Amino acid sequence: MNNRGRWYLFFFLTPILLWLFLLIVLPHIDLLVMSFRAEDDYGDMVWSLTNYLNFFNEPIYWATFARTAIYSILVTGITFAIALPISFYITHVVSPKFSGVLMVLLLLPFWVSELVRVYGWMILLRESGVINHFLVSLGILDHPVEMLYNDATMIVGLVYTSMLFMVVPLISVLESLDRAYIEAAFDLGANMWTVVVRIIIPHAMPGIVSGSIVVFMLTLGNYLTPNLMGGKNSLWFTEQIYNQFIASFNWNQGSAFGFLLLLLSSLIIWVGLKLSGQKLDKVVK
Amino acid sequence: MIRSLPNSKTYSVSFNLYVTLYFIFLFAPLAVTSILAFNDSQFPALPWNGFSLDWFFADSPLRTGIFHDQRNLDSILVSAETAFFVSILSTVVGTLGAFLFEQETFRFKQLLYFLMLVPLVVPGVILGISILLFSNTLGTFFEEAFNIDVGLFRPGFWLVVLGQFSFITTFVTLVVSARLKKFDRTLEEAALNLGANRMEVIWHITLKFLRPALLGAFAVAFLMSFENFNTTLFLVGSDPTLPINLYLQVRDGSTPVINAVSFLLIFGTSLAALVNLYFSRKNA
Repeated sequence: MNNRGRWYLFFFLTPILLWLFLLIVLPHIDLLVMSFRAEDDYGDMVWSLTNYLNFFNEPIYWATFARTAIYSILVTGITFAIALPISFYITHVVSPKFSGVLMVLLLLPFWVSELVRVYGWMILLRESGVINHFLVSLGILDHPVEMLYNDATMIVGLVYTSMLFMVVPLISVLESLDRAYIEAAFDLGANMWTVVVRIIIPHAMPGIVSGSIVVFMLTLGNYLTPNLMGGKNSLWFTEQIYNQFIASFNWNQGSAFGFLLLLLSSLIIWVGLKLSGQKLDKVVK
Repeated sequence: MIRSLPNSKTYSVSFNLYVTLYFIFLFAPLAVTSILAFNDSQFPALPWNGFSLDWFFADSPLRTGIFHDQRNLDSILVSAETAFFVSILSTVVGTLGAFLFEQETFRFKQLLYFLMLVPLVVPGVILGISILLFSNTLGTFFEEAFNIDVGLFRPGFWLVVLGQFSFITTFVTLVVSARLKKFDRTLEEAALNLGANRMEVIWHITLKFLRPALLGAFAVAFLMSFENFNTTLFLVGSDPTLPINLYLQVRDGSTPVINAVSFLLIFGTSLAALVNLYFSRKNA
């Protein structure tokens, strides 16, 4: 390459390197380093495994961690189960005239801030909320019940929040599904269940994987929804991180938690990619 | 099953019902929030006490509408300023990134590309705390080594901008790259043959071709920044952005002012989304 070409390369490369190293690489290395530092008995900072030992010795920490992971997987599964028929309906069932309109309607709510959407659910579900008001005035309930602040509503909120990221990739893979396969399957006597399991799901696999990865990651790292819709007992691991950083001001402990969460999300995403034979750079497109 | 096959009545009806329920699920929280913004009541709840614009315009000791609520107005301004700087920065750097990954060859390109994708799979909270830690480390270092106090390294406006920039740039890079892939490079060669240099080609031809993608990316970056919560939460200083400010109010008990703000947000973003859609259809 000639000198001029080199010059352009550096023109493009320098800002990218600055961005990736100053805002992504070095901060994460700092996170890792901080997580291995702790105060010793004399109040000096030393290298130590204390922060990680605390995590394993204190049941509330690792229990929250496990809960967050399991619930995130559950939320991903529910989101997929709800989104698949919707995506199929839009791409193959409804007449093409309406599918464009439905697509727009589908995307609109997600342009609105997550906070507003969660707030909407709070007004609907809480004890003085809209749903209770209707149930009581219709005589179905004699007094309002608190529907907010438990695990079930928290899951509803998390599914709602991440729906978009499942529906969009599913629609884009289902668009390329040739309906002739489904017709042929029915001609050969297959039932609906067989068509879904043997034709639709295998065809949609790349979309399912990319959708699941994004939904899982966003759910695992969500703070707002569990914090506002979950109850006192439905702690989310991001709240533990927040508590360590902002409430206890124990940044080293918080770093260890942060690093563990990062490790967990990378591990599960890696396993997901391996199991499905997908590649990260293909999945994000 | 599909529109080209005859369907049983039960099947069609239940599928349509399912889709209807889904759309109700999708819009119920937004609809309820918007409607209650106009309820003449001290609380964001039913019963319906009549139509009122108080939560937008009132300015009395009992009720302060959003247009007189300095705290909320300030946070809207902070969010807009943040989003403005984030989208400028990330559009510029993201475009450079697209050129780098689509048109340049260099060693470790694949590795750098992979690194560029990393912010997509790092939870926003982690991004927030690691940038908080690192800026604090740098701040301490500068103070001890040179005895200077750099404001940038403390939580505040510019740290929020940098934090949001760190992952929004990835989205911009991907959006612009997708468009750049479709660029016919023979146009570039023709211009080079006619004596233009690379910068002139990029400025007059490639960037023109990319314009719809750049505008789209700018708009998406603006919205992503405007509504970001997770990363901002850890980097915010004494001037909260709108999502942070609303969060504090929702957590500590809410008044219909929040509904009024939400209504404006729902209305504004829907409008922006429709405009964006209209232009992207036109350019597609």
